This record gives sequence, structure tokens and C-alpha cells, in this order.
Amino acid sequence: MAHAHAQETDKYYVPHQSPWPIYGSVTLFTLMAGAIATLNTWLPAWSLLPGFVMLALMFFFWFGTVVDENQRGMYNMAVDRSFRMGMMWFIFSEVMFFAAFFGALFYARELAVPWLAGGGTKALDKVLLWHQFAGSWPTNGPAALGPRADGTFETIPALGLPAINTAILLTSSVTVTIAHHAILANRRGLAKLTLALTFLLGFTFVYLQAREYHEAYTEFGLQLGTGIYGSTFFMLTGFHGFHVTVGAIMLTVIWLRLMKGHFTPQRHFAFEAVAWYWHFVDVVWLGLFIFVYWL
Amino acid sequence: MAHAHADTAHHDEHHDQPISGIRRWLFATNHKDIGTMYLVFSLIMFFVGGSMAMVIRAELFKPGLQLVDPGFFNQMTTMHALIMIFGAVMPAFVGLANWMVPLQIGAPDMALPRMNNFSFWILPFAFTLLLSTLFVPGGAPAGGWTMYPPLVLQGGNFVPMLIFAVHLMGASSIMGAINVIVTIMNMRAPGMNLLKMPLFCWSWLITAYLLIAVMPVLAGAVTMLLTDHFFGTSFFNAAGGGDPVMFEHVFWFFGHPEVYIMILPAFGIISEIIPTFSRKPLFGAVSMIYATASIAFLSFIVWGHHMFVDGMPVAAQLFFMMSTMLIAVPTGVKVFNWTATMWRGSLSFEPPMLFAVAFLFLFSIGGFSGLMLALTPADFQYQNTYFVVAHFHYVLVPGAVFAIMAAVYYWLPKWTGNMYNMTLAKTHFWLSAIFVNVLFFPQHFLGLAGMPRRIPDYAVQFTDWNMVSSIGGFGFGLSQILFAVVIIQCVRGGAKATSTVWEGATPHGLEWTIPSPAPYHSFTEAPEVK
Repeated sequence: MAHAHAQETDKYYVPHQSPWPIYGSVTLFTLMAGAIATLNTWLPAWSLLPGFVMLALMFFFWFGTVVDENQRGMYNMAVDRSFRMGMMWFIFSEVMFFAAFFGALFYARELAVPWLAGGGTKALDKVLLWHQFAGSWPTNGPAALGPRADGTFETIPALGLPAINTAILLTSSVTVTIAHHAILANRRGLAKLTLALTFLLGFTFVYLQAREYHEAYTEFGLQLGTGIYGSTFFMLTGFHGFHVTVGAIMLTVIWLRLMKGHFTPQRHFAFEAVAWYWHFVDVVWLGLFIFVYWL
Repeated sequence: MAHAHADTAHHDEHHDQPISGIRRWLFATNHKDIGTMYLVFSLIMFFVGGSMAMVIRAELFKPGLQLVDPGFFNQMTTMHALIMIFGAVMPAFVGLANWMVPLQIGAPDMALPRMNNFSFWILPFAFTLLLSTLFVPGGAPAGGWTMYPPLVLQGGNFVPMLIFAVHLMGASSIMGAINVIVTIMNMRAPGMNLLKMPLFCWSWLITAYLLIAVMPVLAGAVTMLLTDHFFGTSFFNAAGGGDPVMFEHVFWFFGHPEVYIMILPAFGIISEIIPTFSRKPLFGAVSMIYATASIAFLSFIVWGHHMFVDGMPVAAQLFFMMSTMLIAVPTGVKVFNWTATMWRGSLSFEPPMLFAVAFLFLFSIGGFSGLMLALTPADFQYQNTYFVVAHFHYVLVPGAVFAIMAAVYYWLPKWTGNMYNMTLAKTHFWLSAIFVNVLFFPQHFLGLAGMPRRIPDYAVQFTDWNMVSSIGGFGFGLSQILFAVVIIQCVRGGAKATSTVWEGATPHGLEWTIPSPAPYHSFTEAPEVK
């Protein structure tokens, strides 16, 4: 180097030959093939297992390679910027994925259900097809789909578990921000503590959500098959819960890296990426709390 | 970044040449290798999808059922569309972006090279899944590429295969798009500000935003199909309070921007080629950028024009009609600028320019029939007829596909270091340009006369134009063999290309400052852009 910066090379690091992407493609194919075989009842559900095992290994080895390269100082600030932008646009794509399901919720609630009940120009539908259907929300549709013989179901009251879960996620957003400030101030003890708190809160959220699902299925008559309300409720909260689980696992990994002495006040992209992801999951939850549970 | 470092260059010496064998391709991180794989994959899919089109045109050569049974015919129309859209056109553009974006902005590679490999190698697996539906009980998807419920959900074993294949294609597109955006925003050479950036990069930047915004929405839509089919949800089931029309809204919220995903990079290519062969700078370059961005924005608020007859409040019909017609304004700006660039230019007509000029005329025909379809009351007559088929084939074949061919003929000498057989390439152009019109122009007449799309049989009065169209189809299909021949010959050898390749290319883009063929690693030291 003509003029050496601390831990900084002038060249943009371009890896030469990597086995992980093609391994990842085979992994996704295996996973999809397992899912297809299961859904088409060609094979029992264990056919999903190889895909999941391979997926776990992919993340472990691929990210392991990147972490290792990073620790060896091969990434300059330009590479760091690429990672940042990449993560931001990945989160934007996730936002649009949730937007599709929120769109389905709003469309069903504001248009499809009122039309089924004869709203707009659809008065004839009511006369000819669904004359007993009131079209109020929440609904499981004119055929009153669901597990109960009388076609009724109950919804989860917003002020019960969902309110507690809101408090949990908002608190975890605060703790992860404290952890970030602690890393910036090089107070690693505080960072470890608050980050641990963050993922523990995350897993608590998932646990409470699982209990809520159990209650909905066994006591409220609210299931995935409970008409459009059950569909939108479980798909929205389900994908969110999946994202919280993934986020909490990522936070745990970051915590383990922090324990191993990774990250400096200047360079801690992985931490920030996971923190952004966590805030994203948090914001989606606020949307869910307002539009799915509350209103 | 800008200074040369002798010792860093030394460090790279053993990586200057590609490694030999299959590992070069399986483990590739080099943007040129990955771009090549994308382009080869796209060409193969172009022929696979094309052969399905040949089946369709053969069956439609005369009325009655002669070659295939109706179910298989419907599988052909559906698979033809899916393969051409997701397997041929989109990967071709991503391949071109892989090759050209780093060369045009002076970057050493794409920003995220491992993810680049991932986004390519997902595709062959996705299409393995999709194509294998032809061999499962119940056959391939046959309800149209738009996958409307409830029809698509009445399918056999293909349902999860189709849905997961679409998921994989979407993941691949999103990763490819993220890579393009990050490369352009982060990897430009010093001095290459956004307004100096070539139009191809600009149009790809805007396309990449569209991709990231809408591919997840498609993933959501097909996920709802999956849960409706297998897990008892009621998104598209009126009995449970859902609505099959809702799928169309979600699908076309993806689908309309998707249309522009397949044409904006083509606009960028044409904006590169016309100035080179007119020996003039592009007329109104900045207005081109604004026009592209306007089209991209408008593409999000016009989706309803795909479903005018579905039952939609009149206010919504009016809104979608007006917003759709508004797209003609920025598109008109672009066509005007291309024409103005050629005005009093010193024109020459090498194969890329031939394809670009044909694009100008024929894409405009597709644009005009699009305006006709945008008129709600007129659409009531045209919808679901061959007029629609003629319209979107005009924008996609002599539009997107011609632009891809123009790009290949434009940059092939830069990639291979060899000039190709000009006579053969021009023959390929003239055969394609003539046959594509013989193929698709009569379909306007058929559609206006009322022939519905997606049917294997038709009333006898449609026979003549169907025969003409089929002859055009066979001619167009066979002509494409020439395309493959020109490319293979050029890869294997030929007259050496200079670094500029085209006499008029000098001022247009950094790619002409490096030798032909482009070295395996280019711009490892960033160039200084004045």
C-alpha cells in the first residue's frame, strides 16, 4: 500500500470464486422440491427436512465466510456502503411483500365484503346470491366458513395479549437502540446486556403470539380457514411472527459475535443491519396492531 | 480510489485469467462470466419458448383441431408466456446489465458479486421446476400466465410447482435488481456523476426500483393462491368473504410495472445505439431520464386497465383510462428525442442500428394499439381478442426482443473481441423485421373481427389471416437460427475488433475505452471521468 489506512484497503474487494451461491441455489431447489412433494402428497412431510438442514448450513457457511473476510480487514468503506444499500433495498422489498397482504386486507374489508352484501352497484348479488349476508367486519363470509358448526367465531381483543406484545416490541426497539449507542461509545458491557434483552423480548413476543394462536384455534373458532378474516389475520400476523423469529435469531447471532469481540465503534454494519430489520418488524407490527387487532 | 497502486495490481496477477473448467461457471463471481451465463440462458429459453409458439401457430394454421388437444394447447400458451417473460426477456436484460453497467460506470465488478452468482443460478433451477410441470399428472399450467383463480386452483399437481417456480424467479429478480442499484449508486468512477451516466445505466436503475417494488407483490399474490389451494384460506373465495377479482388487482399491481420492467432497459439500449450510428449526441438526454422516471411512476397507477370488464366503479374506470393515456406523453418524448437524434445525423445502418430503427417504428405501433386499448369503452370490444395479442407482441417482440438483439449486435464485438458476419446479421434483421410483421400485423384484424385469444380452434372466417400469421410465425422462428449462428461464429473467431468497435462510438461510454475483448478484470483501478 502506498499509504496504508488503518484496516482499510483502497481496492474494492471482489471475491474470487465462491461455492456458496450455487450451493444456495441447490438448497432452495431441494427445499422447494420437498415442499412440492409434501403438498402433492407424493412424499410425507419429512421430505422438507433436507432442504431446511441445507438452508441452515448455507447461512452458517456463507455468512461465516463473510464475517471471516470482514474480520481480516478485507472490506473497505465502499464495500461497507454496498452492504448497507443492499440491506436497505432488501428491507424495502419486504415492505412491499407485506403491502400485498395489507392491500388484500383493505380490499376485502372496504370493497369485496360490502359488495358481497349488496353494496355499490351489486344489489342484485344480495337478492340472488347472499340475501342473508350482512357484510359487517369481521366476517367469515356468506358461507360462514370455519370450525364451528354454527358458523360463529370470536376475534382477539386488541387490549389483551396484542397490547402487551406491542409494549414488548416497542421496548425491544428501545433496548436495541441503547445497544447501538453503547457500541458507538465502546461500552461493550452495556451493549451485550441490552442486546441480550432485545432478543429475549423478541422470543417472548413469539412465545406469546404462539399462545394467542393456540387460544384462537382451540377456543375462539378463529382459524386459517375462518373465511377472509381468518385468512388475513393469520397470514399477516403469521408472516410477521416468522419475521420476528428470524429477526430474533439474527439478534442472537449478533450478540454471540459481540461476545466474541467483534465490532468496533466505527465498523459494525452487521449490527446495524439487524437493528434496521428489527425496527422494520416493529413498524409492521404497529400496522398490524392498528388495522388487524384494533380497528 | 483514483491513484494507481503498483503493489495492489501485483497482488491480483494470479487472478487475471479465468480458471478453467466447470468451476469457473458454477462458482463465478465475475460480472462478465455471470452476464454471459444470463445471456446464454436467455437464448436457450428464447428457443424453448419459441418452439412452444411454433406449436401454437401450427395448430392455428387452419380451423379445427389437428395437431394437439385443447388442454395441451392451453399449456403451450401459458408456458410460452411464462418462459418468454421470466426466462428470456428479463434474464437477457439482467445479463446485459451485468456485462455493461460495470463497464459503463468504470467499476471493477458488480457491487455484490456472490449475490450476483446466486441470482443467476437460481434461474436454471426455477425453470427446471416450471418445465417439469409438463410431465406431472394433469400437465403444465394451462389457465394463462396471469394465474387467475379460481381456474388456476383447479389445476393438478402443477400448482405448487408453478407457485414455487415463480417465488424463485422473484427472488432472483430482486437480488439482481438490488445488485444493479447498489452498483450504480456506490461504484461509479470518480467524476461519473449521475447526469454523465449512460442512458442504459439510467434506465436500468429505474427498472431495478420497479423490480424491487413489485416482485414481492407477485410473491404475495401467488402465496395467497398457495394457501387458498392447500391451507383453506379464502382470499379469492367469495363463500368466505374473499374475491377472485382481488387476485387480479394484486397481480396487475405487479403486472403493469412488469411490462415496463421489460421495456425500460430496451429504451436505454436504443438511447445508446441511435446516437452512435447517427454520430450525434442524444437529443434531450436529461428529458429522457425524466421521461423514463415518469413512465416508471405512472406504471404503478394504471393496473386497472387490464381488468376494465371485471366490474369496477365508473370512477375507477375513468381514472385508469386517463392515467394510462398519460403514459403516452413521456413515451412520446422519448420517441421524439430518438427521431430528433437521427435528424440531420450522419447515419449508417449496421445491424444494431437496423434493429434500433425497426424498434422505433414497430414499438410505436404497439404503443398506438395500447392507446386504443386504454379507452375503456373501446376496450370492451377489444378485450380478450387477438387485438390484445397483437398489441403486446408488438411491444415485446419488435420492442423488447429487437432491442435485446440490437444490444447483442452492438456489444458482441466488445465481449468477444471479434467482429461478426455483417451480411448474415443483416439477413437476420431483414428476415426478422419482415416476418414479425407478417406474424403479428394480421392479428390486429383478427382481433377487431372478434377472434378470441387462447383458443385452439376458430370460426372459418378467420382462416386466411391465421394462415398468414402462422407463415409469418414459422418464418420468424426459423430466422432466429441465424441469430444463434452469428453469435456462435463470432465467439469462435472473426476479424479482430478495435477497442472502439464502431466509428461513431468514441464519445459514448467508458466501455469503448478498454480493449476488445474486454479483459477479464476491467477498471480494477477506477478511471478518471472528465
